[in-house]
Amino acid sequence: MAGGQERILKRRIASVQSTKKITRAMELIAASRIVKAQQAVQAAGPYSEHITEVVRDLGAAGGSVDSPLLAPRDEIRRVAHLVVTADRGLCGAYNSSVIRAAEGSLREQADLGRDYALVVVGRKAESYFRYRDFRLDAVFTGFTDRPTYEDARKIGREVTRGFLAGEYDMVELVYTRFLSAGSQEVVRRPLVPLEQEVVEGGDARPGAEGVGPTYEFEPSPAAILDSLLPRYVEARIYAALLNAAASEHAARQRAMKSATDNADDLIISLTRVMNRARQDAITTEIMEIVGGAEALRAGKDSDHDSADSHPRSSA
Amino acid sequence: MIAQVVSPERVLYKGDAEMVVCRTSDGEIAFLPGHVPFVGALGIAKVRILVPGPEEVAAAVHGGFVEVAHDRVTVLSDVAELADQVDVVRARTARDAAADRLRHDPENTEVAEALARAELRLEVAGAATSSAATY
Repeated sequence: MAGGQERILKRRIASVQSTKKITRAMELIAASRIVKAQQAVQAAGPYSEHITEVVRDLGAAGGSVDSPLLAPRDEIRRVAHLVVTADRGLCGAYNSSVIRAAEGSLREQADLGRDYALVVVGRKAESYFRYRDFRLDAVFTGFTDRPTYEDARKIGREVTRGFLAGEYDMVELVYTRFLSAGSQEVVRRPLVPLEQEVVEGGDARPGAEGVGPTYEFEPSPAAILDSLLPRYVEARIYAALLNAAASEHAARQRAMKSATDNADDLIISLTRVMNRARQDAITTEIMEIVGGAEALRAGKDSDHDSADSHPRSSA
Repeated sequence: MIAQVVSPERVLYKGDAEMVVCRTSDGEIAFLPGHVPFVGALGIAKVRILVPGPEEVAAAVHGGFVEVAHDRVTVLSDVAELADQVDVVRARTARDAAADRLRHDPENTEVAEALARAELRLEVAGAATSSAATY
């Protein structure tokens, strides 16, 4: 009976130990992926910087800045949210904080009497919003831990198409920005129409000497802008996806680290309980033996007495 | 003059250059040091970077932009690869498949573009093999 409890505890410790091995492995994998994801974020920097620069140069070059992607709409009826989450869980509050921010924004828009549209990235956001009967306009999954530019292009195409077709009048981007391995923050950024500040200023603005360089364009600035702006949107989305991926790995690493630590604590306390149970069992056993021996001795003594005083047979 | 080829995923090439030759929608254009600031849209074409010395760097650029400012030529492209990064076998199968499909469906611009891309890749890679042969 008492030995049974010890066996149960031993089995539980073994199971916690094997869980710990898994969480530890996941922690190490996530840690190594953070580095790679961080490098990807950095490697993507020059392209988006340069493309921003070119957009600015074009803006500074003349008043030809009237692409539909730049024009804010007078009446905003429907706001699209591009929500970037992970495909997998086991990463702490990472997914839920993005979803919470997105829901907050959805509610704000609803309060303003605007309709919503949802473009979600990652299986977690998909299942969350689908379960709650939200309308999903587009779903992209299967690449959140390792996004490529091709993925960003697909999303960008869908978003610009919806915007230009008038399905929605504004697009907001909700994702997790990667600041460092220790800190990430959920941010909400307007994506389309592009902010006018992006276009104003830049290299071509009058320099210190008072003369700005005059750019030559081939073909016309308007034609370049038309093909440039969709690229710019894609680059922004790509940067968001990379940031989200790095944040996901960081969140997972932290979650798995605390799971591993908890497993350690659990093993220690379970081992203590098990040792006590074993000690109890031993004590009980000794007591039983002693008690048994005592009883036997007492029994023998009384046996003697009774043999003398109780003539059962005709001896 | 500094020349660089930048794709969204990384900087493919950055280095000194004596001349950069690209093709914009209006035709071929070459940039020498001291060129006036310039912004152009690129077609599906080869970009040649003449570096100091006998060699040149060739890149297959499938659409994108070129910006010239401050004695720096920047080629921006979502799809770009340097000559030694081209997967020749894959490009060859892609070209054959596209050419085959184009024969049945000559109006399909998507397939025509795929063919142009594959041919450009092979052209750029071919330049790489011939320059390697001269060593």
